[in-house]
Amino acid sequence: MGNRCAVIGVGQTHYTTKRRDVSIAGLVREAALRALEDAGLTFKDIDAVVIGKAPDLFEGVMMPESYLADALGAAGKPMMRVHTAGSVGGSTALVGASLIQGGVHERVLVVAFEKQSESNATWALSTHLPFSASLVVGAGGYFAPHIREYMRRSGAPGHIGTLVAVKDRLNALKNPYAHLRIPGIDQKMVESTPMLWEPIRYLETCPSSDGACAMVLSSEAAVTGTPAWVHGTAMRSEPIFRASRDTVSPQAGKDCAADVYRQAGIADPRRQIDVAEVYVPFSWYEPMWLENLGFAAEGEGWKLTESGATALDGDIPWNASGGVLSSNPIGASGLIRFAEAALQVRGMAGEHQVDGARTALGHAYGGGAQFFAMWIVGRERP
Amino acid sequence: MRDVAIVAFAQTRHTDHDTGLTEPELIAPVINEIKERTGLRRFGFTCSGSCDYLAGAPFSFVSALDALAAWPPISESHVEMDGAWALYEAWVRLQHGDIDSALVYGFGKSSLGDLRTIMTLQLDPYYLAPLGLDQLSYAALQANAVGADRAELDEIVRRSRADGRGNPYALDLPEPDGEDFAVQPLKKTDVPPITDGAAAIVLATGDLATRLCATPAYIRGIAHRTEPHYLGLRDLSGSASAADAARAAGVGKAPVEVAELHAQFPHEEIILRRALELGGGTLINPSGGPLAANPVMATGLIRIGEAARHIHDGRARRTVAHAASGPCLQQNLVTVLEA
Repeated sequence: MGNRCAVIGVGQTHYTTKRRDVSIAGLVREAALRALEDAGLTFKDIDAVVIGKAPDLFEGVMMPESYLADALGAAGKPMMRVHTAGSVGGSTALVGASLIQGGVHERVLVVAFEKQSESNATWALSTHLPFSASLVVGAGGYFAPHIREYMRRSGAPGHIGTLVAVKDRLNALKNPYAHLRIPGIDQKMVESTPMLWEPIRYLETCPSSDGACAMVLSSEAAVTGTPAWVHGTAMRSEPIFRASRDTVSPQAGKDCAADVYRQAGIADPRRQIDVAEVYVPFSWYEPMWLENLGFAAEGEGWKLTESGATALDGDIPWNASGGVLSSNPIGASGLIRFAEAALQVRGMAGEHQVDGARTALGHAYGGGAQFFAMWIVGRERP
Repeated sequence: MRDVAIVAFAQTRHTDHDTGLTEPELIAPVINEIKERTGLRRFGFTCSGSCDYLAGAPFSFVSALDALAAWPPISESHVEMDGAWALYEAWVRLQHGDIDSALVYGFGKSSLGDLRTIMTLQLDPYYLAPLGLDQLSYAALQANAVGADRAELDEIVRRSRADGRGNPYALDLPEPDGEDFAVQPLKKTDVPPITDGAAAIVLATGDLATRLCATPAYIRGIAHRTEPHYLGLRDLSGSASAADAARAAGVGKAPVEVAELHAQFPHEEIILRRALELGGGTLINPSGGPLAANPVMATGLIRIGEAARHIHDGRARRTVAHAASGPCLQQNLVTVLEA
């Protein structure tokens, strides 16, 4: 995995439905400046910029890195644009880390964003090429059948999804950047909301958010402030139309986890990882990913959720920040997971800090649950 | 830096119209060809470049993955940029030292829409795009700023088309004859052809490179730079970012025998020759360049492949490839290849 790499700055915007007060450039710059401030640096200290976002159709700007070069201080520097579907935020962090690990640069600014209020993501995701008819509307329409299959296989009771929906929103109340901060959130409230895509209710799905997240990544020699050290990075992809692939627990997710655990020396993720920020856009994806990522045996993930183990005060907190269920600027959602993992091991997560967190997992997935990006960060230098 | 070589290059026979192939169908033969040629079925890393706006649907690269037979799952990433930047990402990944091969590809079907209008959407959505400034209009602004001799521009188009006719993968375009303007001072024949196509490259390091290719094209330097987006903030008669990237890649360290430039318009070739400080001894775009085939999102990657081919064939020992992105050569990537 090459040279050592550390996260030395994290910046986020307050996630919300509509940021009418800033342009797209203003939004990404806000996150970038906060990350630079956290690192005690300015744009002058940055060697290269890597930017990621989900499909360009979401804002109607084609290859927006051209337009955003000025706002991110990239003029005169190398700039790259990553796009790997929903996993893009994670991939953006990994491409940035790769530049450090490969010895190409000393400090890299990575930024990811989505300004969902510029369009309607559900319909932008429902455009299909000619002659490929599809009855699916939005991401929920695509993933609901996979969730139903998970319930059938595991025999999980119907209320598990609502437990996750409540738990993540309770965590969000402790995160000042979170979009959905719902006082008095409880199971009854979730169950009272309309069914969108059986079994996903309104409050079991992620919001549409405007927001950006940025990180300053550094080589060992260029570290400032409090570093979160990168202990492992991995990406995996599998074809969407492969007939025999398991969409409930994709092989690419298992392989990606195995790769990143091997690099970080993790044999038992449940015991060795202190906190995980995992891409859970629909409540049921918590138990599904608990199994896919090896935190629970097959068919047992829902029991871990039900036991409270993944709550902020449980033995393996998942999405202490409130997760994607509470904030979802799509292209940035993966990067937020990676950044929150870094904040935890830096001890800088504020009210949602997991006490004594030393090792954290950041996870993102995308496409038809076929693209995966993960990293392990730690308080200690690897 | 670790030595990384281009060991194989494959491209489609580009077309000036939609042949009815889907993107995976366009890519699959190129991927299969390069797998057969190298004998590699699996690669340490895979990276591609494409743009959703060409197909007008999100995630054009998602179904492209089906063309790879990516099973078991592969370590893979994608840039929403020309495939040349995918190659850069793969080169960086190979610097880590734990893998020794990478597959890179780029593809685009610009026949599906009105490219001239679509490219407008690449501009600042608040201050520039609403003006309706389209691809040819801003290119014309730059052509005007360069103020090149018409005869020199005509000769570039004539030479590019003639070379393209000699290149089985490029389009068969006639000798330029009309005097009609597309947007003054750009003539219709100065405009690159609408093209569908794809290309793939295999990178390898160490012993694997020499095992797969008798004459690997080693990447001796590779660098890219961007510059301000707003046309008014730049001196359009030159390209500071191309010059910076060329210096960082070490173009000037030794004579360059062949340069493949991502010059979509003849005046861009003049700007780039100056920026890269290429002398009269350098053969420019012997493939015909983008004026003879311009499969958007693969055009830059093809420049790297064509520059490598001269070394693979033993016709040259030091070549340069250039790729561009953004309006009026906003971002430039330069690669120096040596035998």
